[in-house]
Amino acid sequence: MHIICTDLEGKEHKLEATDEWTLMEIIREGGIPILGQCGGSCACATCHIYVDPAWKSKIPEPSEEEIGMLDGAFEVNEYSRLACQIFFNKDLDGMKIKLAPGSV
Amino acid sequence: MAEAEWFKPTPLPIIYEDRKMTENNSITPIQTDIIIIGAGPIGLFAVFELGLNDMKCHLVDILDRPGGQCAELYPEKPIYDIPGIPMCTGAELIEKLMEQIKPFSPTFHLGQMAEKMEKTHEGKWRITTDANTVLEAPVIVLAAGGGSFVPKKPPIKGIDAFEGISVFYTVRQKDVFKDKNIVVAGGGDSALDWALNLQPIVKRMTLVHRRSEFRAAPDSVNKLHALVAEGKIDLKIANITGIEGANGQLSHITLQEEGKEAYPLSCDTMLAFYGLTMKLGPVANFGVPFEHELIPVDTATFETPVPSVFAIGDINTYPGKMKLILSGFHEAALMAKKAFTYVYPDRRYRFQYTTSSSNLQTRLGVSDKSAA
Repeated sequence: MHIICTDLEGKEHKLEATDEWTLMEIIREGGIPILGQCGGSCACATCHIYVDPAWKSKIPEPSEEEIGMLDGAFEVNEYSRLACQIFFNKDLDGMKIKLAPGSV
Repeated sequence: MAEAEWFKPTPLPIIYEDRKMTENNSITPIQTDIIIIGAGPIGLFAVFELGLNDMKCHLVDILDRPGGQCAELYPEKPIYDIPGIPMCTGAELIEKLMEQIKPFSPTFHLGQMAEKMEKTHEGKWRITTDANTVLEAPVIVLAAGGGSFVPKKPPIKGIDAFEGISVFYTVRQKDVFKDKNIVVAGGGDSALDWALNLQPIVKRMTLVHRRSEFRAAPDSVNKLHALVAEGKIDLKIANITGIEGANGQLSHITLQEEGKEAYPLSCDTMLAFYGLTMKLGPVANFGVPFEHELIPVDTATFETPVPSVFAIGDINTYPGKMKLILSGFHEAALMAKKAFTYVYPDRRYRFQYTTSSSNLQTRLGVSDKSAA
């Protein structure tokens, strides 16, 4: 299983995805230097990603806490999420995401 | 300012009288055994390990309180992997560490960043901070974690030119904002607190946040809405997409509301509160080598390739390194043993257990001599 992550230079990376891992962990394990300063505890905004519109409906809505933390991110839009709050599962196989400014 | 409730000032920490001037108006360096850069959990525990071995510490940190990432990023979040403590919050861990190091009376230099590390003629290390505090010691311990916590800067083109002149990320003195036409940007406690705090003294106050919900104390949010209703604060739910002015003086910002045309808002000052982020900063130029923003160390002593300069906690790297608080604690203990050889070159290091050493217990202030 995998996800496709586009970095800030526009390059696509196919990353091996493990069931139940968070997207932040998958990105980090895949060798992309995502910041994730708080270690994935929804306490910063440095794992900010954009979820591809086609995949947005396949993931649960963000919590109040995540929405609040996104206030600390920039260039936030309706596809913005914190990668540490999204858990991978088989329904997300092939999911496309993009790193947002400030996440690396 | 909305401070996290847990931090109750106690007789410790002692803030040294920084900028101690001599008659010639030059700064007298503060002499100590160990200068610790970073007062997060690892810098704090290092005080304990060093104190057990009779070494005095001064700590430098950019935050205005000790605690590092625990205090700034996750004070209320639970930590489950501190040995012997099934659960504690980030804030509670720092509180316990402060209590643990109290017997050793460390001195804190807070709200300032170490900017320079250099050798003196006598062969000591000299640290100079951005508040002009000068410290000298035979040993430096770099416990800087992920770097200094600095304000997040919004990616608005050209904003650099205004920073420090009419765009600010912190408030040092309220008076400079008197009678100004101010925009406060942000949606958290800092933004709201300063909007409320400064409103009475400014000519005009506008608060800009990208959504209508705020991440702040309910009382502050209520006060804000009351002032908005009275017409004393303008509230704009928008993104700031541009900034204009000349010679560092702001004349207006550009606001973008969802689904509408961008429009200018005239103002002469902007205060942006988007939270803090960690940046490595001047430590990168201290003369210790870095591998991807991490300092390689010898795992027998946690000394860097520069003798008498140590690196413990998240800032170091070595085969098998894990960025865990418990790892940093271990690193501090081994560091202290080697640091001793620099501070007391003529003494023999004496390995003792706190459980059985009357010597250590006296230093900790727990010895039982007067027990009946």
